[in-house]
Amino acid sequence: MAITATKGQVGLTGNAAVAYAMKQVNPDVFPAYPITPSTAIVEDFSSYVADGEVTTELITVESEHSAMSACIGASAAGARVMTATSSQGLALMWEMLYIASGMRLPIVLADVNRALSAPINIHCDHSDSMGARDSGWIQLYAETVQEAYDNTFMAVRIAEHAKVRLPAMVCFDGFITSHAIENISLLEDQEIQDFVGAYKAENPMLDTDNPVTYGAMTLPDAYIDFKYQQSQAMMRAKDAAVEVMKDFGKRFGREYGLFDTYRLEDADTAIVILNSAAGTTKVAIDELRKQGKKVGLLRPRLFRPFPWQEMVEALKNVKAVAVLDRADSMNAFGGPLFNEVRSALYDLDQRPKIFGRTYGLGGRDYKVKDAVAVFEELSRVVETGKVETLLKYITL
Amino acid sequence: MENYIEVRWHGRAQQGIVTAAKVLGEAALRSGKFVQAFPEFGPERMGAPVRAFNRISSEPIRLHCAVSDPRYVLIADPTLINVVNVIEGTPENAVFIVNTPKSPKDMRKELGLEGRSGVKVFTLDAAGISLETIGRVMPNTPLLGALAKATEFITLDALVDNFREGYAKKFSEKVLEGNVAAMNRGYGEVKGE
Repeated sequence: MAITATKGQVGLTGNAAVAYAMKQVNPDVFPAYPITPSTAIVEDFSSYVADGEVTTELITVESEHSAMSACIGASAAGARVMTATSSQGLALMWEMLYIASGMRLPIVLADVNRALSAPINIHCDHSDSMGARDSGWIQLYAETVQEAYDNTFMAVRIAEHAKVRLPAMVCFDGFITSHAIENISLLEDQEIQDFVGAYKAENPMLDTDNPVTYGAMTLPDAYIDFKYQQSQAMMRAKDAAVEVMKDFGKRFGREYGLFDTYRLEDADTAIVILNSAAGTTKVAIDELRKQGKKVGLLRPRLFRPFPWQEMVEALKNVKAVAVLDRADSMNAFGGPLFNEVRSALYDLDQRPKIFGRTYGLGGRDYKVKDAVAVFEELSRVVETGKVETLLKYITL
Repeated sequence: MENYIEVRWHGRAQQGIVTAAKVLGEAALRSGKFVQAFPEFGPERMGAPVRAFNRISSEPIRLHCAVSDPRYVLIADPTLINVVNVIEGTPENAVFIVNTPKSPKDMRKELGLEGRSGVKVFTLDAAGISLETIGRVMPNTPLLGALAKATEFITLDALVDNFREGYAKKFSEKVLEGNVAAMNRGYGEVKGE
């Protein structure tokens, strides 16, 4: 990795930036089973281990199921733990994801978003992390290399927050972000150490003076109470996220919120969209604004927990909203983001009209013209007061 | 639309065009620009056609879609010309730089660009230069030097300085200076019409 600094900026791929963030955090344990397109995170991080730049114990395992299992064991033992995966790798971690969150272990996982097989495809969509959306993990999403880097630090703080104690996923787009070199401002190691602080595990298993049990059998007299507490912790993660993002902004001057908005204040129509495609949409918005069209964007950053009250507040004056999903939940009622946003708007007396579009699966390009076409559909909805097609695929 | 320079690199896997896009991006960043450098991945096998892209701008770059109408096209392997559509999407003021011993005039004909008077075609024997300077066929490095000569958005100095500073740890002195010599000769030997 060649780092050439100009005006405090360097050029790094998303993978290199996130691996570097993990180096700066210097976790205790990093179990890993590399998979495209997140492979370079593990490659870079293992170089940091080999070169003695971190004190991390790197555990190479034989599958992602084992990687997450090792994360769980190490985290329960009292270690600060990180790992990275994509696609089938996250899918293979499936049952262990629920165990990590149920045991309230603040593991941080970088998920480099990639489509799920079949047919096999290595390119970007959000099927992997969206499939894990109900697994009890906090999920942060990022538009750029810079944001993926910054989110890695914030994820550590939110996950380990005393009122939360839940695992967190840092999601960013495979290839589009993971393999693209972009300008990024790096923070100093000491700034990161001050920001994340020393990790103090809650009830670590290796504290033999205070023995504890993790993941014990619970019968109907206790299971739901565990789940209730977990659910409450997830709700508290929203306030924790706000607190952590505010502190990040204060320290480093980069302001982040639960979601990002662009020219939304006076917008008649808006697109809601995750990750890198939001940047392309912003370019479309500037073009349409030049023509006098009042269009805007909302890009969720925190998807789990879903900050629905705040989102409703931001969208309530818009006349029509299109929610664009880079994943299909194959339920005939739109993608995961569409489901959430539409449901959140239900209680409004004056609801915006809303439709859902599935785009960009398996890396299909989403261009400025695609965003423009959605805005054109939205303006027809505003004109006629009718949603002609509630759901459909675009970028076909 | 926002003001970008867009570049498309054509080559075959292992010819170094992904690295070339990376080096160009880093050198432009070093000159104070905002950059993107990204490859297009397909099936991973040696010799398969690959493409890589750059966006370079004075403003932060928000576009995250593919580069579809690049003004600058660099072709590291002339045998690709009949395999992939290397002129796809190029505008009327496009600039082509091709690794070939042939003349720009012959190459213009081969590319099917004879009617397009606004289009410039440059050629250099990048493979031959790299063989002499680096010791193996690495057409990407002389192509970078040629790009600096044929266009104005990157200087040879920025390319060389970035390479010397950024890759001193990665390469031996001999390889490093071989690459610098390749850039210099690419700059000096490229011809265009």
